[in-house]
Formats: sequence, C-alpha cells, structure tokens
Amino acid sequence: MIAQFVSQHLPALQVVVPLIAAPVCVLLRRPTLSWLFALIVTWICFAMSIALLIRLESAGTIVYEMGGWPAPWGIEYRIGMTSAIVLVIVSGIGSVVMPYAKASVAAEIDPARHYLFYTCYLLCLCGLLGVVATGDAFNLFVFLEISSLSSYVLIGLGRDRRALTAAFQYLVMGTIGATSIVIGIGLLYLVTGSLNMADIAARLPEPGTNRTVLVAFAFLGLGAALKLALFPLHVWLPAAYTHAPSAVTAFLAATATKVGVYILLRFIFTVFGATFAFTTMPLDAMLLALAVAAMFVASAIAIFQNNVKRMLAYSSVAQIGYMVLGIGIATQAGVAAGLIHLFNHALMKGGLFMAIGCVFLRTGSVRLESMSGIARTMPWTMAAFVLGGLSLIGVPLTVGFISKLYLIRASFEAGLWPFGVLVVLSSLLAVAYIWRVVETAYFREPTAEAARATEAPLSMLLPTWVLIGACVYFGIDAELTVDTAFRAAAALMQANP
Amino acid sequence: MDFEIHPGLYNYAVVVMLMMAGLYIVITRGNLVKKIVGLNVFQASVFVLYITMGKIIGGTAPILEDGFKVYSNPLPHVLILTAIVVGVATTALGLALVVRIREAYGTIEEDEIQRQDESR
Amino acid sequence: MTESSVREGGVRSSNMVLRVVCKLLIPFIMLFALYVQFHGDYGPGGGFQAGVIFSAAIILYGLIFGVHNAMRVAPPKVVRVLIAAGVLLYAGTGVASLLLGANFLDYDVLGHEAVEGQHLGILLIEFGVGTTVAAVMTTIYFAFASRQR
Repeated sequence: MIAQFVSQHLPALQVVVPLIAAPVCVLLRRPTLSWLFALIVTWICFAMSIALLIRLESAGTIVYEMGGWPAPWGIEYRIGMTSAIVLVIVSGIGSVVMPYAKASVAAEIDPARHYLFYTCYLLCLCGLLGVVATGDAFNLFVFLEISSLSSYVLIGLGRDRRALTAAFQYLVMGTIGATSIVIGIGLLYLVTGSLNMADIAARLPEPGTNRTVLVAFAFLGLGAALKLALFPLHVWLPAAYTHAPSAVTAFLAATATKVGVYILLRFIFTVFGATFAFTTMPLDAMLLALAVAAMFVASAIAIFQNNVKRMLAYSSVAQIGYMVLGIGIATQAGVAAGLIHLFNHALMKGGLFMAIGCVFLRTGSVRLESMSGIARTMPWTMAAFVLGGLSLIGVPLTVGFISKLYLIRASFEAGLWPFGVLVVLSSLLAVAYIWRVVETAYFREPTAEAARATEAPLSMLLPTWVLIGACVYFGIDAELTVDTAFRAAAALMQANP
Repeated sequence: MDFEIHPGLYNYAVVVMLMMAGLYIVITRGNLVKKIVGLNVFQASVFVLYITMGKIIGGTAPILEDGFKVYSNPLPHVLILTAIVVGVATTALGLALVVRIREAYGTIEEDEIQRQDESR
Repeated sequence: MTESSVREGGVRSSNMVLRVVCKLLIPFIMLFALYVQFHGDYGPGGGFQAGVIFSAAIILYGLIFGVHNAMRVAPPKVVRVLIAAGVLLYAGTGVASLLLGANFLDYDVLGHEAVEGQHLGILLIEFGVGTTVAAVMTTIYFAFASRQR
C-alpha cells in the first residue's frame, strides 16, 4: 500500500521531500539534530532516485502531472534515462557528502549557523533535483535559481573573506546565466505558445525559418554554458570552489556543473533537436573548439597552482571540457561518452575534494607547501587522493580510463580522430599536476604542521573512500554505467531526429 | 526598424536597450552596488519582454464575461511575478554579500578588493 | 533621545507628524494586505503582493520608531519560524492532496467537490506564500537595518 503510494508519486516526492525538509531544518535549530535530519532526508532522496532508475527499466519515461493538470497546461515532471542518471548522481553525491559534512562543517562554520547550512544544502539539493526532474521550461529556471541562490550562500559561508568575493562573482555571473535562460525560454514561448519542453519541440517551426528561434537558441546556449562553466565562461568556478567550505566544494563540484551539462543536453536534444543544433547551427564545431581549449588551457593553468583546491577546480574546468567534447562529437557514442564521463567525474572529483577537505581539517591549509610529507601522518587520506588522481589521469582500472576510452573510441568512429589524440595529450597535463601533489606529499620532509597532523576522523574518511572505491569499482566493472549511458544517449538522439 | 509601420516592436527595442545597458553596467562598473543595480536593470528588461508578449491591444483580463472577445494572456504575468521574486532574492543576497565584503575589506570597489587580496 | 533613535535606524522620533501619520497608516496597510491576500482568488492579488504589503507596514514602523522597536513588535525569532511555517503550509497542502489520493497539489480532492477544493487549495497555498513573503521581507529589512557598523 505505502510502497505503491510512494512509487506512484516518486517523481514529485523526489523534489518535494528535500523542499519540505529545508524549512523543518530551520525549525530544528540544534546543530546535531538538523544534521541528522538532513542526513536521513538525503538518503531517502538517494533511495528514491535509485527506485526511479529501476522503474525506468520497465517504463520508457515516467510522466507525472503536477496538480493533476495534463501536460501542455500544467507542469509536468518527465523522467527519462538521462534525467534518471543525473538524479542518481546528484542525490548520491548529496547523501555521501552529508556524513562527511558533520566534522568538516563543525570545524569550518560557526555552530549557530549550522542549521542554516543544512537548510541551504537541502534547498540546493532540491533545486538541482528539480531542474533534472521537471519537463517544464520555466519550472526549470525556477529550480535553477533555487539551487543557485542557495549555492551562493553556501559558498559565502567559507571562512576566508575571499569566499565572499567569490560568492559575489558567482552571483553576478550565475544571474546573467540564469537570466539568459529565461530570455531564451521567453522567446521560445513567444514562438510556440508553450512552456512544456516536449510540446515546444513539437510546435517549433521548420529549422532555419524563424529567426526568433535562433536567438532563443543562442541565449539558452549562453546561459547553459555559463552555468556549466564552459571555457571561457568558467571564471567564477575556480574562486568559488577554492574558498567554499570543503563539504560544499565536494558537493557542488560533483553536482552543480553536471546539472548544467544536463540543461545543455536537454535543450539541444529534446527541445531544439540534434538536426537544428548541429546542422542549422554550428554548435558541434563550437563545442569541440571550446572543449579542446578547456582541456588544454585549464589543465595548463592547474599545473601552476599552489593552492591544491584551486588546482582541482581548474582541473574541473578541463574535465567539463571532456564532457562537452562528447556532446560536440554529436553521435550516439559521443553523447554516451559524455554521459559516462559526467557520472565518472562526479565520483572522482567528489572524492578528491573530500580528500583535500580532510587535509584542510587537520592542517588548516590547502597550500601545496603545507602538504609536504603529509602522507606519513595521513596515509589513508593521501592514498585516496592518489587513487582519485590516477582516475583523473585515466589510468586503467579506474573510471577515468573508461571515460577516456569511450571518448577516444567515439571520436575515431565519427571520423574525428584528431580529437581522440588530443584527449590523450591533455591527459599528460593531468599527470603533471597530480604528480606535483603526490611528490610533495610522499617524498618531501614533513613540515611541522604536517608532522603534527593526525589521520582524518572516520566520519570523513569513510565517505571519501566510498567515492574513491566507486571510482575503482566502476573502473573495473563498467558494464552498468556504459550500458545505462548508451541507452540514455539513444533516447536523447531519438527524441527529435 | 520602422516604428511607424511596426509600433508593436517599440517595446522590444526598449527591451534590447535595457538589456544592453544593464549588461554594460555589470561589466564596466567596479563598484559592487552598481553591479547589483546593473543586474537589476538587466533583469527588468526580461520583465518587460514577458509582459509585452502577453499584451494584446484592446484585450481584457481573461475572465469570461459577455461582450468581451479579446483577452490578454495572463501566463506571462504569472511567470514574471515569479521572476521578480527571484530577482528580489538575488538582489537581497547580493547586497547582503556586499555588506559582508565591506565589513571584511572596508571597501566595495572591485580593484581595491583585488589589490588587498594580492598584497597578502 | 534623538541621537539614540537615529543610531537605531529611525527618523528623529521628535517628528510628531511622521509618528502620528505612521500610526494612522499602519492599520490600514495591514488591512489592505489582508484584503489583497484573501480576495486574491476573485480579483487581482495574492500571496506575493499581500506579503510585501504586510511587511511594508512593519518596515514603515521600523523606519519611524527604530528597528529595535520593530523587532519588539515582530521578534526576529518568531519571524524566522514564520518563514518556515509558510513553506510548510504550502508543501503541506500538496502533501494533503497526495494523501487524499490525487497528485501533488491537486486541489480537487480537498473539498467535497472539485470547485470547492480548488478554492480551499488556492486559499491555503496563497496564505502560505503570503506568510513566507511577509516574513522574508521583514527578515531582510531587519538583517540590513540592525547590522552594526
């Protein structure tokens, strides 16, 4: 009875549960109590997203009408294969970061504000899940702003005063991005008279016959690119990730940009259609060029960073390049490779940022200098970092290898073999910046700080290793991710042939 | 554009001008409060865009009554009500950050803040 | 006296005209807010507008009599609880319709028949919105006005 009730309303509950939980967190007020409550809620969310993915095995897409109003008039939630994958990533990372957050937040944020931290965290989770679940264009914007506004707050909670300027910069750029998205949606509404994405797709005029559609496409592309930090619109990302509290960085790095990629996919494939985006508009060429630029420039900048968090943030920009490269290849294999990397990168970057958060907890610094010899006193943390780093480079038996394998294969199949070569070459840059950390941590004499440091508490180490373990597990047994990603890509390509 | 022939396009010209003015302020001004103002102007352009597309000359509120045939579209108004609320939230949060920045740095000029960050 | 009230963010409290007019206006502002709130399902209006108008009454009081007096009228702790309560009322209405066997936020099932249900539903939803908006606007004002230099 209850199981049937829950399964019937899963798409709504997925978003509504964290939305209801957020104000309850405000009422609870006590730090531990609100943490425990938020922890349970994130786990429930994760369970629900898994249940949705399982239910998709039998049903093609799950459609849920909000308020009982049918689709073109009411707001419709539409879960397909792609959205199910992203839902699992977002809620999964959300639930793994939560146990980690307790010790990390206790060290970095004033106890009187803990309940507000968890409230914002839940709101951010709700926004991200809502963006993915909804089938309504304007609803997407509203959820995007819910997640963005709460993430500005979360970033601004960082201890350093530069967290404030980083949050402000992100606020300005994020708002421009989100406003561009509304302009795009408005123009689409002007042309089609509908806000439902599937309905818009059906009502759009023949490609190339309507200039308003072109402008709408440009605005939506710009907004999505700003949100996913596509090079050269990434300038907000490094500062924001560097100065945000450790738990926030781990959560946002693994989820926020992924949802940005999802928005791009959603608009390209299910609204405008691949033909319009890649034939009428030269989006594939643009994405390929920007992706390659991101892969090389951001990786090169990462090598010269002395702040390890900032280094990983630049590496994130480069990794986003790989995802976008997959989309730019514009074949089913390419999009699937992009999706595989989306999933895999969430695992490894989440794990890496969590490992650095452990170091920050014990030494109070994320500078490279202060990490010399740290592997002697924090062996488990650094072992996690090394494994995550190997995955970032793309060493076999890690998820990074799987991503790059499929990216290279897709580019060769599409006749774009130079891009396959570029993927390999840019991986060499990753070797450089990961090696700098490894060399400092393992082969230098410990500083006084590093020698005094002790291993991170189990509550932080365990979640870190869960993600790093997943990196290795899905690196060895990639069948599940690859299979799901290919099915999602097939659904996307079919959506609007 | 000939406004004599296309009076309906007048609003869209206003939208574009507001949009560009807002974006220009955000990009060129170093004062953080002015950046927020620019952001507001930018968002206001979107409000005008939406309201414009909902308006039909001679249209009335969409309440079914005898004698009225032409109705304005209420949906854009509702959408923009939501967007205004989002805009208010963004402005409040932005200004709150500016207050905190001012307390931490003693200035709200971007170049001054950058200088302080670099000197450390 | 004058100096202290200026520091509290209020206008010189010796200004009799402002104080009297303010006291006269506030009840009507609040009444108008309630009208906009509850007449919202028959005419123009609704929770957003009503909430802002209602908070305008509190903010006006704060401007004239000082933010600390306004905080005694609307204690920040209570206001903060109201923010959460409004959202919960909104979401709770949705959950109620879920429990009554319809989709989330389907008001049809709230009353004996569909139209009555829609009326009740939108009334509750808008009341939740109004509560939260009024509380949020008041909190924003308090947050800025009571900030120590």
